[in-house]
Amino acid sequence: MMVKTLLSGFGGQGVLMMGHALAHGAMSAGYHVTYLPSYGAEVRGGTANCTIAVSNDEIASPIASEPDHLVVLNTPSLYTFQNRVARGGSLFLNSSIVSVESSRHDCRIYKIPASEIAEKIGNPRTANTIMMGAFLKVTGLVPSDIYLHSMEEVMGSKKKTIVEINRRAFAAGYDYLKESL
Amino acid sequence: MNKVLMQGNRIIGEAAIRAGCRFYAGYPITPQNEIPEYMAERLPEVEGGVFIQSESEIAAIHMVIGASAAGVRAMTSSSSPGISLKQEGISSLAACELPAVIINMMRGGPGLGNISPSQGDYFQATRGGGHGGYRTIVLGPATVQEMADLTMDAFDLADQYRIPAMILADGMMGQMMEPVVFKEPKPRVYPESLMMRGAGEGKSKIIRGLILDPLEMEEHNWTLDRKYRVIAQSETRHEHYKTEDAELILVAYGTAARIAKGAIKRLREAGLRVGLFRPITLWPFPTNELREFAKKSENFLVFEMSTGQMLEDVRLALQGYARIGFHGRPGGVVPTPIELTNVVMHQYDRKGGVIEQYQ
Repeated sequence: MMVKTLLSGFGGQGVLMMGHALAHGAMSAGYHVTYLPSYGAEVRGGTANCTIAVSNDEIASPIASEPDHLVVLNTPSLYTFQNRVARGGSLFLNSSIVSVESSRHDCRIYKIPASEIAEKIGNPRTANTIMMGAFLKVTGLVPSDIYLHSMEEVMGSKKKTIVEINRRAFAAGYDYLKESL
Repeated sequence: MNKVLMQGNRIIGEAAIRAGCRFYAGYPITPQNEIPEYMAERLPEVEGGVFIQSESEIAAIHMVIGASAAGVRAMTSSSSPGISLKQEGISSLAACELPAVIINMMRGGPGLGNISPSQGDYFQATRGGGHGGYRTIVLGPATVQEMADLTMDAFDLADQYRIPAMILADGMMGQMMEPVVFKEPKPRVYPESLMMRGAGEGKSKIIRGLILDPLEMEEHNWTLDRKYRVIAQSETRHEHYKTEDAELILVAYGTAARIAKGAIKRLREAGLRVGLFRPITLWPFPTNELREFAKKSENFLVFEMSTGQMLEDVRLALQGYARIGFHGRPGGVVPTPIELTNVVMHQYDRKGGVIEQYQ
């Protein structure tokens, strides 16, 4: 098994944090894992992305030329990465922000109004965690309890209340989608 | 075993501190900024730890010279253009036979180039880099775990041979996270008599690279050369992967070696017997070890993220006993395993199992 996931959004939407937590979760679940962030001459408000490879075996390349899953939090990310996704892969869209349709008819498309759900929960910054809830519901890549533990670990010294609201956000994203693979 | 998920750059910082590094000086440059960032945070927490953000790369390497002369395990880090600036100091370290660890997270060049992962500094690193004719030990990690292990080893080797040792990795290795387990560092073996800590009542000591008498300078050159020969004989390291039945052997190091492993998996699924020879020490290059493989296989393919630098060492090692092909992507392009798979199909499989010689 080798699953590559690309997460992308505006800088500040928590894309790198959610990728870090996913990679940590995969490590805790006993997999080989690599996490590769985009780096370079980035600007605030620009696009940030990261790639997480999860495998039973040693991982050759941390880069995904054909990711199996794509999680996008904003429209430019959809345009940039949708055509890279492997045939039969899946796309997870934050439909509160991504208003356009994906052109990939050979992939499974999951639309989650993450920013709206986040508003309802009371913290608009939890949209990333809501997306992860939906993502892990469908893919089952990492068990939820392990992911949540990793999320806390990665958040580290942040306030307990932040961790608590992210737990609720995860549950909201998880429950939003009815199906799983 | 305590496994942690950490970024390559930070792992180097942590491994260095665990190995007893107590002095770091550096100047920011992408893609290695997390090393000084980590050292700035961690070094003041350990006893005797000193972090300095210097005014330039040249200042940083010269501060390292001072710390090393005073008997402290010292390190600096940079990326390609910054490493060029440090060469004067690295030459001085070699001349004065002072141990130090230098990290190069290579980026695309020449010149300022870009900030993407590259392997264009192989010549510079393995041939000394600065003026005057000297060598540095050069270690090329291919996993984040190896970055931790080799950083610790670099300090030991530097002390053992009183020589600068370099970790040669690239932006991708520095930026990516992988799980890592820190090994127990070995206790430091470095005689106090070599440390400059004030003469006190004793005789004054001098460490210098300026030797005006040509005969004396010549003798110093031969002394260094004898040391380099010992290192070349006893410190080579390499990994070979699926070479038992290999009819084609890929030769790659660092990030390129990871990509090669991915390609080998695909090629073997297609029924081709392909293996990998991965030098871990780039200097000393594992010449004899590679030459042994020429007895088993006639086909080699060198794969680098450059226009062909290690290629020359492979040619020197194989000395015409085997056919050598080449595939390179310089300038900060990171090729995929699929690309390399296609290259092998074109240059080898479709040529009837005979690799196309690179001219």
